[in-house]
Amino acid sequence: MSFSIYSENQFSWTPQTNPWVFSEYSMMWFKSYRITFACLSRMKIYRYPWTRLYGTSQTTVDSSEIKTFVALAHRWWDEQGVYAPLHSMNDLRVPFIRDNLLKTVAHHQPGKPLSGMKILDVGCGGGLLTEPLGRLGASVIGIDPVDENIKTAQHHKSFDPVLEKRIEYRACSLEEIVEETAETFDAVVASEVIEHVIDLETFIQCCYQVLKFGGSLFITTVNKTQLSYALGIVFSEQIAGIVPKGTHTWEKFVSPEKLESILESNGLSVHTVAGMLYNPFSGYWHWSENTSLNYAAHAVKSMRQEPPVPAGFVFTGKTEELHDKDSINPGVQEELKK
Amino acid sequence: MAARLAVSRWRAAPAAAGRGPLLSCRRWSGAKADTLYDVVVSGGGLVGTAMACALGHDIHFSDKKILLLEAGPKKVWEKLPETYSNRVSSISPGSATLLSSFGAWDHICNMRYRAFRRMQVWDACSEALIMFDKDNLDDMGYIVENDVIMRALTKQLEAVSDRVTVLYRSRAVGYTWPYPFTMADSSPWVHITLGDGSTLQTKLLIGADGHNSGVRQAAGIQNVSWSYDQSAVVATLHLSEATENNVAWQRFLPSGPIALLPLSDTLSSLVWSTSHEHAAELVGMDEEKFVDTVNSAFWSDANHTDLIDAAGSLLQSAVAFLKPTKVSARQMPPSVARVDAKSRVLFPLGLGHAAEYVRPRLALIGDAAHRVHPLAGQGVNMGFGDVSSLVRHLSAAAFNGKDLGSMSHLTGYETDRQRHNTALLAATDLLKRLYSTRAAPLVLLRTWGLQATNAVSPLKEQIIAFASK
Repeated sequence: MSFSIYSENQFSWTPQTNPWVFSEYSMMWFKSYRITFACLSRMKIYRYPWTRLYGTSQTTVDSSEIKTFVALAHRWWDEQGVYAPLHSMNDLRVPFIRDNLLKTVAHHQPGKPLSGMKILDVGCGGGLLTEPLGRLGASVIGIDPVDENIKTAQHHKSFDPVLEKRIEYRACSLEEIVEETAETFDAVVASEVIEHVIDLETFIQCCYQVLKFGGSLFITTVNKTQLSYALGIVFSEQIAGIVPKGTHTWEKFVSPEKLESILESNGLSVHTVAGMLYNPFSGYWHWSENTSLNYAAHAVKSMRQEPPVPAGFVFTGKTEELHDKDSINPGVQEELKK
Repeated sequence: MAARLAVSRWRAAPAAAGRGPLLSCRRWSGAKADTLYDVVVSGGGLVGTAMACALGHDIHFSDKKILLLEAGPKKVWEKLPETYSNRVSSISPGSATLLSSFGAWDHICNMRYRAFRRMQVWDACSEALIMFDKDNLDDMGYIVENDVIMRALTKQLEAVSDRVTVLYRSRAVGYTWPYPFTMADSSPWVHITLGDGSTLQTKLLIGADGHNSGVRQAAGIQNVSWSYDQSAVVATLHLSEATENNVAWQRFLPSGPIALLPLSDTLSSLVWSTSHEHAAELVGMDEEKFVDTVNSAFWSDANHTDLIDAAGSLLQSAVAFLKPTKVSARQMPPSVARVDAKSRVLFPLGLGHAAEYVRPRLALIGDAAHRVHPLAGQGVNMGFGDVSSLVRHLSAAAFNGKDLGSMSHLTGYETDRQRHNTALLAATDLLKRLYSTRAAPLVLLRTWGLQATNAVSPLKEQIIAFASK
């Protein structure tokens, strides 16, 4: 089994939510952040595997972390809780996906505009984005490497018979399903994921492979700018303590220019890049001309070409590491498991 | 009534909901065999039925399941009865727009309604009056019998029976509210237990069950309410002679406002708010005496005093001096000849306002959220306004694939409507109190106030615009 490590567990910009909510939630909020701090610091080991580059352990998921995730797992669906900004981001990303997909069809069923479409939600977490897409009629497969997230997502959708039929969750990574799902999806959604991916090039290639010709790739992520460093790292993590230290690595943020060049060089033509801004006081996101913090991108698979690098192969040595345009990251970490 | 609202166990949940203690009763792990509806509207009155109809006809609700619960039996109509019903409503242009958005207005037009173009409101204690009309003499509003509106709504409801189910003679006896977020094995939906023991689940419960709302009480939502020491008497009156009858008349007597609303060329509807004793007297007295009382209420100047008359004419001449073109002579309403037998009914009046209109998976609309004095003719219009706003928010949420019971769009509806309704409720209450007295200073104040408002056309236009929404 091969995989690359990424996680959608932490969102990019997590300032404090509405003050009135804060006062009501102060006790629970602090408690949950104590838990978040504890488990996220342990998550660091899980997510930055080069610390175990020369380790002998083949396990990728730390069993002690699973336990700490149980405490957080139910927080996914608390709309006024830790993940509130991700919930309110749906107001931007669902219409973004829906409208761009509707442009590709001539007619759609009222009430189920996305029916007939197959969508892959990579790094789905608790299913915050998967469920709205399911409600709009699409058949969605949500994948996430963290078991607990998948369990939460499964549990949450189990109460709604309509969603149970339309959504399928799997605890795995993108590479693991590339072969069986090659060219089957009308859309792939990678929201708040690529800033945690180690090898963006491979990730994009896998997305390319699972997409049908003419299929869409939707990405939302954080830009790599001084502003995102100041607000996203310094302010959130170090000053306000809203996001635990070490959650984000500024070096892994991706600028839209870099993303565009990777997309274009892998056969995906970029149609839209739009900035998103979060207002911490109102708790709402807004579209913006400014992409210096968060942004969304829409690309379409438009070239039939030989897939440049098939996933799942074994590579050894450091030659591949030099390939990487990212200067700091040590490159793709792949471990073969029998 | 109490048994209807009985819940088996009460337990205050922690303030996690952020909206005060959420009274909850037994939570079970989910009888998944219960039908799961997307929206349940509890209460099949004018506002509840309009809500179910609007959702049923909304394009983004095409694949959703909606249920309307009505405690009463299904009304079967053969054809339009000859006699007019004594319960009528003044429908504002905004409400008419809502009703036509799902095709109910066409049915009303095919049955009967009366448009009015002017409204004269005047005081019994002075000469002051205010005349409302639209510049282009557009319809200011429509007087429609409640039965006609219900019939139109029911017809449109039947047209979408594949999406909207109606359960008659169904009364909810218990509600179970969900936790704010999913906990292991607890159902995230609202569970409703009906009188016959059956249960259902829903993603969103809309309470439209009137001012004694069971839904509101079961949810533990605080309600600010008081009863006015007044009852309203309604009746259908025959006019002495046929007239164009497109004017709505309202006179503020010290005991309460009396209003004459046009129904046809020869018929008008009476709404007279007065003290409980007087109301009982009016309903009990014989028809001739009743007609005389009504006529003298509109025509008699017994309450005028010299002081107020002098003060009033002083301001009036000042206004005439400043705006010589505007002439507002007091017109007299048509005189009444007969009253329809058995059409006199009375009902008590009060004010009510729910502190919160929404909770997770719950929304209140219509009289369940607010109850108002009929003097401004706004009660059902506020309810239809609630329907408009909530349908707009729910439609957008459905198109975004959102969970319908999510607070994010429900609070949008609440803010929207509380702003409008609170202002209107406060204004109506203020007017009621201001006009309930004979004390000279207040009479002077309101006389001058009314005359001044009448003179300032932009202000009148604002008032009309606000009330027409």
